[in-house]
Amino acid sequence: MAPPQSFLWVRRIFLTLLTVFVVLPVFVMVTSSLKPLEDVSGKFQWIPSGLTISPYFDIWDTVPLADYFMNSLVVAGTATVCSVVIAVFAAYAVSRYNFRGKRVFTVTVLSTQMFPGILFLLPLFLIYVNIGNATGIALFGSRGGLILTYLTFSLPFSIWMLIGYFDSVPRDLDEAAKVDGCGPLGALFRVIVPAAIPGIVAVAVYAFMTAWGEVLFASVMTNDTTRTLAVGLQGYSTQNDVYWNQIMAASLVVSLPVVAGFLLLQRYLVTGLTAGAVK
Amino acid sequence: MTTTAAPVPGERTAEKNNPGAAPRRRRSGRLRKIGLPYLLLLPALLLELLVHLVPMIIGIVVSFRQLTQFYIRDWATAPWAGFDNYAVSIDFDAPVGEALVRSFLTTCLFTALSVGLCWFIGTAAAVFMQENFRGRGFLRTLFLVPYALPVYAAVITWAFMFQRDNGIINHVIHDQLGLTDSPPFWLIGDNAFVTLLVVSVWKGWPFAFLIMMAGLQNIPRDIYEAAALDGAGVWQQIRRITLPSLRPVNQVLVLVLFLWTFNDFNTPFVLFGKAAPESADLISLHIYQSSFQTWNFGTGSAMSVLLLLFLLVVTGLYLLFTSRGKKATDA
Repeated sequence: MAPPQSFLWVRRIFLTLLTVFVVLPVFVMVTSSLKPLEDVSGKFQWIPSGLTISPYFDIWDTVPLADYFMNSLVVAGTATVCSVVIAVFAAYAVSRYNFRGKRVFTVTVLSTQMFPGILFLLPLFLIYVNIGNATGIALFGSRGGLILTYLTFSLPFSIWMLIGYFDSVPRDLDEAAKVDGCGPLGALFRVIVPAAIPGIVAVAVYAFMTAWGEVLFASVMTNDTTRTLAVGLQGYSTQNDVYWNQIMAASLVVSLPVVAGFLLLQRYLVTGLTAGAVK
Repeated sequence: MTTTAAPVPGERTAEKNNPGAAPRRRRSGRLRKIGLPYLLLLPALLLELLVHLVPMIIGIVVSFRQLTQFYIRDWATAPWAGFDNYAVSIDFDAPVGEALVRSFLTTCLFTALSVGLCWFIGTAAAVFMQENFRGRGFLRTLFLVPYALPVYAAVITWAFMFQRDNGIINHVIHDQLGLTDSPPFWLIGDNAFVTLLVVSVWKGWPFAFLIMMAGLQNIPRDIYEAAALDGAGVWQQIRRITLPSLRPVNQVLVLVLFLWTFNDFNTPFVLFGKAAPESADLISLHIYQSSFQTWNFGTGSAMSVLLLLFLLVVTGLYLLFTSRGKKATDA
C-alpha cells in the first residue's frame, strides 16, 4: 500500500532539512581547507576566489602534526587492542559462567559509565603524579598513562555489548567444542570469538573512536612530546593569526582514518549496537 | 549441527580408554571451573579499580581536604577541611556557590533541550526511514557522519562557522538574508547557549537515530499489515504501533543521552576554550576551571562529589520509575 501524499511530503521536507544540517559543516570543512588564507580570514564566500591545496602541505609545518598523529595512533591503537582483549575475556566469563559476585560485577562496571569524566580527572591526575614521584614510572604526561586511562573508558560498554553478543552464540557450539577436546579458552577462541566477529569489530571501532576523540584527559595529561591530535589542533591559532584553512585541512586529515573506518565497518557497529542495546 | 555433534560419542570413549589422562583432566577441570571466571575478569577488574573506583575514593577523600597546589606532590598531607569545601560550594550568596548553582541550572536547561531535540530528530529520522525508498542506504550512511567525526574536528568546524566576521552563519543570516542589523556574536554572550545547543544536537542525534533504527527492526512486519487491513493510515500506525513499541528502547536511550549530555566537557571546551561564557558554562567545564585555574582541588572535588550524588539520585529515580512502569504494564 502506497503511503499518502501528506506522509511523503513531510518525509521529503524533514529529510532534506536534516541533510542540509548534517552536511553543512562537512561542506565548510572541505571548501575552506582549499581556500587561500585571505579568503578564510575575510567574509565567508560560497565561491572561493582561488583554489589551493597548499594548506594540506602547510599543516605539517605549522605544528608538528605528524608527531601528534603518531601519538594519537599509538595511544588509540594500543588502548583499542588491550580493551578488546580484556573485554572478550570478561564478557566470556559473564556470558558462560555462574559465579559469586557476577551481578555486582556487571552492575559496577556499567555504573562507571554514568560518572562524569571530571570526577576522575583530578584524582587520576594526583595518582599518576604520585606514582611518578614514588616509583619513577612516568604515567603523567606519558603515552602509557593515556593508554591506561582510555582503555578503561571503552571497557564497560565493550563488555556490555559483548555479553549480549556472546549470549547470542548458541551454547551447543562451545559445548561441542569442549567435548571435542577444547579447553574453555580453546572454546572461546575457536568457536565463540569467530562467531562473534561482528560484535568484536563493533567494539573495536567504538573503542578506537572513543580514544581518538577524547579531549579532556588529553589536554591535561599530555606534554609537548606526547600531545595527541585532540590538543594539537589548537596550535593553528596563534596570537596574530588563526589559520582557518589549515585548521580545516588538518581536521579533515585527522578525521579521515576514523570516518573511513567507521563507514566501512558501520554495518558491524549497527548490528553490534542492536544486539547490545535493544536487549 | 548434526555434523559437529556426530563425532562426539567416539571422542568420549577414546578418552575413557585412556585411564591415565582422565583423572588429571577432571581435577584441573574442577579447579578451573571455580577459578577461571575470576581469572578472566581479573584484568577488567584491576583496571576498573585503578582508573575508576580508586580515583573515586580519592576524590571523596580529597573533597574533605584543603588541597591546593602546595600539596599536589603529596596530597595525603593536605590539611583536613571537614565540610568546608562543601560549605563553600553550596553557599549560594558567595561567588563560588552562586557560580556553581548558575552553572548547574544552565546545564539542566541545556540537557533537557539537547536530549529532547536529539531524541525527536533521531526518532523522526528512524521512523521516516523505516520503509525503503531510493537513496535510503546513502542517507543512512550520511547521517552517521556526525557520529563518526572526532569531537574536536567537528566542534572546531562549528566554531569557525559561528565566527562573527568570517563565519558562514553570519554571512547567511546577516549579509544574505539581512535578518539582523549588525552581525551578532555567537561564541560570547547569551547567544553562546544557542551555539552550544546546535553543535550538541548535531553531534548527538545520530546516536538516537542508530538506536531507534535498531529498535524498529524488532517490530514484526505483520502487525502493520494487520493494522492496514483494519484501515489504519500511516500516521495512525506510527502513533499506535511504532512509538509504543519503541518505549523500552527509549528508556535506555534517554538515560544514556541524559548522562552523556549532562557530563559533556568536550563540546564547550573546544567551542569556547577553558572559560565558557556565562550563558553556556556547563558543569563539567565549570568544575574543571575552578579546579585547574585556581588550583583548588579540594573545592573542585567537593563539586564533583555533589555532581555525582545528583546523577546517582536522578538515575536511581529514573530506573525505579521506569522499571515500576514496566512491571505495571506487564501485569
